[in-house]
Amino acid sequence: MKVLAALAVIAAAIAAAGCGDDESGPLTVYSGREEELVAPLFEQFTAATGIEVEVRYGDSAELAAAILEEGDGSPADVFFAQDPGSLGALGEQLAELPQETLDRVDAAYRDADGRWVGTSGRSRVLVYNTGAVAETDLPSSVFDLTDPAWQGRVGIAPTNGSFQAFVTAMRLTAGEERTRQWLLDLQENGANTYEKNTPIVEAVAAGEIDLGLVNHYYVPLVKQEHPDAPIANHFLELGDPGALVSVAGAGVLASSDRRGDAEQLVDFLLSDDAQRFYVEEAEEAEYPLVGGIEPAAGLPPLADLKGPDVDLTTFGPELEKTVELLRETGWLS
Amino acid sequence: MTGRRGARPPFPLVLAAGVVVCLLLLPLAYLVIRVAGRGGDALEILGERATWRLVANTVLLVVSVVAAAVLVAVPLAWLVTRTDLPGRRFFGTAAALPLVIPSYVAALCLLGLPDLVEWAPEVSGYWGALAALTLATYPYVFLLAQAGLRDLDPSLEEAARGLGVSRRHVFRRVTLPTLRPAVGLGALLVALYTLSDFGVVSLMRYDALTRAIYLQYRSLFDRTPAATLALLLVGLTVVALTLEYRTRRGGRLYRTSPGAARRPEQIRLGRWTAAALAYCSLVVGAFLMLPVAVLVAWLARGIANERDLEAPVAAAVDSLTASGLAATVTVLAALPVALLAVRFPSRRSRVMERLAYLGNALPGLVIALSLVFFAARYASPVYQSLALLVFAYAVRFFPQALSGAESTLQNVSPRYEEASRGLGRGMLATLTAVTAPLARSGLLAGAALVFLSAMKELPATLLLRPIGFETLATEIWKLTQIGAYSRAAVPALVLIAVSAPVLWLLSSERRVESTGTG
Repeated sequence: MKVLAALAVIAAAIAAAGCGDDESGPLTVYSGREEELVAPLFEQFTAATGIEVEVRYGDSAELAAAILEEGDGSPADVFFAQDPGSLGALGEQLAELPQETLDRVDAAYRDADGRWVGTSGRSRVLVYNTGAVAETDLPSSVFDLTDPAWQGRVGIAPTNGSFQAFVTAMRLTAGEERTRQWLLDLQENGANTYEKNTPIVEAVAAGEIDLGLVNHYYVPLVKQEHPDAPIANHFLELGDPGALVSVAGAGVLASSDRRGDAEQLVDFLLSDDAQRFYVEEAEEAEYPLVGGIEPAAGLPPLADLKGPDVDLTTFGPELEKTVELLRETGWLS
Repeated sequence: MTGRRGARPPFPLVLAAGVVVCLLLLPLAYLVIRVAGRGGDALEILGERATWRLVANTVLLVVSVVAAAVLVAVPLAWLVTRTDLPGRRFFGTAAALPLVIPSYVAALCLLGLPDLVEWAPEVSGYWGALAALTLATYPYVFLLAQAGLRDLDPSLEEAARGLGVSRRHVFRRVTLPTLRPAVGLGALLVALYTLSDFGVVSLMRYDALTRAIYLQYRSLFDRTPAATLALLLVGLTVVALTLEYRTRRGGRLYRTSPGAARRPEQIRLGRWTAAALAYCSLVVGAFLMLPVAVLVAWLARGIANERDLEAPVAAAVDSLTASGLAATVTVLAALPVALLAVRFPSRRSRVMERLAYLGNALPGLVIALSLVFFAARYASPVYQSLALLVFAYAVRFFPQALSGAESTLQNVSPRYEEASRGLGRGMLATLTAVTAPLARSGLLAGAALVFLSAMKELPATLLLRPIGFETLATEIWKLTQIGAYSRAAVPALVLIAVSAPVLWLLSSERRVESTGTG
């Protein structure tokens, strides 16, 4: 009897699932950006347009892998990702976006083929322990981190996508050899490895290390958990690879049968309201990418941050060489 | 449902078991598809030195975790089952409880400890991974060894004692060998868990195969190297299965005397009581109290910082639903495979049973992507439905249900089934009316293990759950992702709290069995 009841429940679940995926249902978004940070944006979109949205949250790269495996059968209409790499991995599974949408942001922050567009920016920075390092002693370039003065005091996250993007930028601007040397010297200098950005910032806050290479918005996040943490961001000098500005972005699936609505959502992410959201409401103080909207207080303007002169959209194919280099220099196995 | 060596199993049973095993092999089929197109690349990866360093790292970790789990669990099981240790009831339950703590949460707690107390050492790398994985897996060995000790026929030990063998020798020559199959099975579950785990090795920064597989998917979006490395994990599983099979060949010693089971003689600890108590307290303190204390400290910090802490009621309901269904489905699926292996032992049924374990060392992400591949392309109505999620859990945790079903079926005499068939009951009716009730305790134990594992499961849940379906594990993930540990402590503690009663059921069920009829 129990067996039959269980089977009935399963059959009902299958039947219920079979009803999904019709054109009148909600728009499906795969979001590699965290729910805690972006959920309000989707609510605003529904309020403004009446289009219902359902969101599958996950890791950007894992969602990209899932879309690749789903092929044309993907239920996703929009892919909202943490990094250009995940977006670029989808290749022609993303449709070309209308030119007007693309033109909302600087050409440096969107795909050369027009298949995805950046929606917010983040800068690489050096986070430092304000109790252990005086502001005047801070290095102005990542290349200074191999100085013996910083022996054992620096933290990096070699498996993390943002860190790898930064190494790619270094390879493209300073060259393969100099980057290899820097990675080897950093190893020699006893830099500590972490899995992601947050643990680095926490280690700096706890005084285990004094400096860390991270994205700029982790300091405010960690301060919410530890309000008195002695940490601050230090922006590196102009053109330094350690000052790379990268983006989170969005694209529309070519297999979507609701491309119009999907494009409307991408447009919304670039609207003044949504861009202002990054400045005013989001827990992460990210950079808006659309002209005319100032970043949050305390952040230097985006135009002043021009990091190294690189093309973000070439990062996808370059990443393999970066990972190879990190492996050769002993940072990855 | 009755059979003897050499008898032909009934066709429906073979069919059912065959279908189950084929479904379990889907992830393997996917890996072969991914590698097949680019065999040259795969060979190149196998020729690289770095690949074999990963294999060596993985083997080192698996061997250490299995050794540590056995060393921690077996003395503990013996102390709480066979001696007059004060508070053995309490230690018996508390020592199994770390099973409900997800291993990635355990790792986060170990990593967070130095932040909370001055004296705590910083652990990471090999030692950190060893500690967190031992914590998460020794309960498998503990539970199985405990059951083995309870089911042990006291007449064996008594006979040995009667022949003038000293107590210490009885332990070494009689107790330990009879325990070997149970400990071997526990060790196999530990090994499979360690092979497949990603959360711990990633947080502890230990370079195991799973970490490299994730790196391939996450940074390079290249599925061929990932699949090649995953097939290496399958190869290691074959090694583990072979070793485990050897421990079985020592032969189980079943209860041979008819009639009611007796409780074995209780051993007085005497002057060893204090040392035994210290040992049990140390294990429970380090593996249960410590992580819980860290979670509570995080929660307290969250309250002090006035962060919005909410009870994850909906997520708890979703977790219970999915895990409950997974437990039921997995046990039902394990039954035909176990029946075939136990009642109709032959080379073929044994191979089938072993095949069911093959995919079990694959990381959750690989299993999830394989199901994404097949479901989105060939079964879109079930894609991203609760049914598919439950199916994924069944694929991941099948051996836990299978081991429970097999061990208990071995103790159910086929005579009862023969009598039922002789009285004119059909095969299915005999199965539901006679076999299943008699095998109840083992089936329930298997169901409980699957349930507990499903409650903690993260990677497959993230990719396969229906949209808007949030489990406690995904809640924890969501919050730790942004470093909000004080808020993540709430779903983590809720997960432990709602899983614990199931574990208690598991141990009380065993207790009923051991004091009931034999």
